[in-house]
Amino acid sequence: MAEVAVKPGPAPETNRAAAPRAPRRTPVRARTLVITVVAWVLAVLFLLPYLEMVVTALRPSGQLRDNTFLPTHFDWSAFTGVWKLDSPPLASNLEVTLIVAAVATVLVLLVALPAAYYTARHRYRGRRAFLLLVLVTQMFQPASLVVGLYREFSDFGLLDTIWVLILVNAAFNLAFAIWILTAYIGSIPVELEEAAQIDGTGRLGALFRVTLPLAMPGVVTAMIFTFISAWNEFIMGLTLTTTPSHQPLTVGIDSFIGAYGVAWNQLFAGSVIAIIPVIVLFAFIERRVVSGLTAGSVK
Amino acid sequence: MSLKSAAADARPSRAGAETPPGRRRRIRLGPLPWILPAVALIAVVVIWPVATMVETSFQRLGLDGYVRGSAGWSNYDNLFHESVFGHVLIWTVIWTVSVVALTMLISLGLAALFNQRFPGRRVARWALIAPWAASVLMTAIGFRWMLNQTSGVLNRVMVDLGLIHSPEDWLGKPSTAWPWMIFVAIFVSLPFTTYTLLAGLQTIPADVHEAAKIDGAGNFQAYLRITLPLLRPAFLVGLVINLINVFNSFPVIWGMTEGGPNYGTATTTVFMYGLKSTSIGESAAMSVVNFVLVVLMVLVFLKVSRWNAEED
Repeated sequence: MAEVAVKPGPAPETNRAAAPRAPRRTPVRARTLVITVVAWVLAVLFLLPYLEMVVTALRPSGQLRDNTFLPTHFDWSAFTGVWKLDSPPLASNLEVTLIVAAVATVLVLLVALPAAYYTARHRYRGRRAFLLLVLVTQMFQPASLVVGLYREFSDFGLLDTIWVLILVNAAFNLAFAIWILTAYIGSIPVELEEAAQIDGTGRLGALFRVTLPLAMPGVVTAMIFTFISAWNEFIMGLTLTTTPSHQPLTVGIDSFIGAYGVAWNQLFAGSVIAIIPVIVLFAFIERRVVSGLTAGSVK
Repeated sequence: MSLKSAAADARPSRAGAETPPGRRRRIRLGPLPWILPAVALIAVVVIWPVATMVETSFQRLGLDGYVRGSAGWSNYDNLFHESVFGHVLIWTVIWTVSVVALTMLISLGLAALFNQRFPGRRVARWALIAPWAASVLMTAIGFRWMLNQTSGVLNRVMVDLGLIHSPEDWLGKPSTAWPWMIFVAIFVSLPFTTYTLLAGLQTIPADVHEAAKIDGAGNFQAYLRITLPLLRPAFLVGLVINLINVFNSFPVIWGMTEGGPNYGTATTTVFMYGLKSTSIGESAAMSVVNFVLVVLMVLVFLKVSRWNAEED
């Protein structure tokens, strides 16, 4: 996004939709017009599956089997009714997902921040080994380890509890958080911290009053990534929990499918409610996603 | 951690300012208090299950998880003699290669497009994020619904466009389910990959491209000769993360077909999950095989990325 200011390049064309916010500098150019149209069509295509979910959620039950594009009228009852179901108990599932995602995010921060801070600021023995461990962890997916995870947590007696979900979600998102935080903190000049220490803040004071505030964008990005990933997690929830009311939302929604006569409107009402907060969160960090990924890839 | 740092803080003058930041003070304790929690969490939740998994693959277990004794290699033996094993393995390779290759190609185009200036770029990019933000499982179930034979909107559209004569049960048989599953897997992989490449594009200074054009290179030529080579680090990261994600992909397949009918659309990961309900030991053996393949991919990546770093 930085290049926006640099390039003199094609100014937005003067069509009605774009005119109000676009400064008119150069005349319409065919190339920009084509790019705009193609990009917008693609953007709409990416959203269509989710719009169809919303439309289905709003269909009256009697019209679920109609192959019309839109129902004759919209029926909001699925959005309220879905929380009162006994099976799946979506209200409990939502609660589980909320707690797991929130606690896992906090846990990741508590564990990742000190490690990232120290790794960014010091060359210690084993630093390379630690970074390698983190990198390798990032490459392992819970899907490839479910049998081991199941057996291990069965030995610990933690199966079917919220703790196991918190632990695994935190552990599998830790690597990314450490990477991104190390990169962020590493980009903050040590001199700032040292200057603060000379001013008498002490080492911890410098950390909390200078470095952490400056690293906030990285911290927020790591938090949101962890939250979203834990929020959407499926296979560990499916494997490690069995009691319907102990399962996360994704598993609850999946269990609609097994039922006789799938209540598609309720299924998608639940999905839409699950998706909206995440899209909002993501939109919030959209600009940082790019810099976050660069930090991750440059090392 | 905070306790220890506070203690260090109380005697700040011991090591003095002339030592470099790396060994300022508390050399004895070193990094442990800072990185130990992270290492512990990784050890318990990521490393330990690997060991448990390997151990389980050599055990004879009841379906209740009770260990009946050693199984030797019999779990592996049984696994390799499963009638669908070869099929599942081949499908996994086709699945991984085609999804990753197409995702990378399409993302290159998307990244080039969304890197241009055009009105409303922020909103358009935001729309692109939707499949990444939404749970993959829910997206997969959404497509399952849209492909439904009686009421699926995609069937309706294809009939209206004259592509097919009557609505089809796309997910009912592997031959028609495969293309759709690959399509959905690409759909959910595109946002992350495109964003990774966009990040890569932004590290390339605009004037490099301008210079190439002044030297007489066309737009496309400049892209091929200048942009693509400079994009390699971002491309590699996208490639590896996709390889691992797609290889391990569970929700796309589970949400659309559950790997059925009769494991006809199952990859090794879905097969492993299915085996769990018939033989835990065999399922563990499948996991180990799966895991070895992932490790091989990681090793190849480490090798490639180091080679990459040395060349820079």
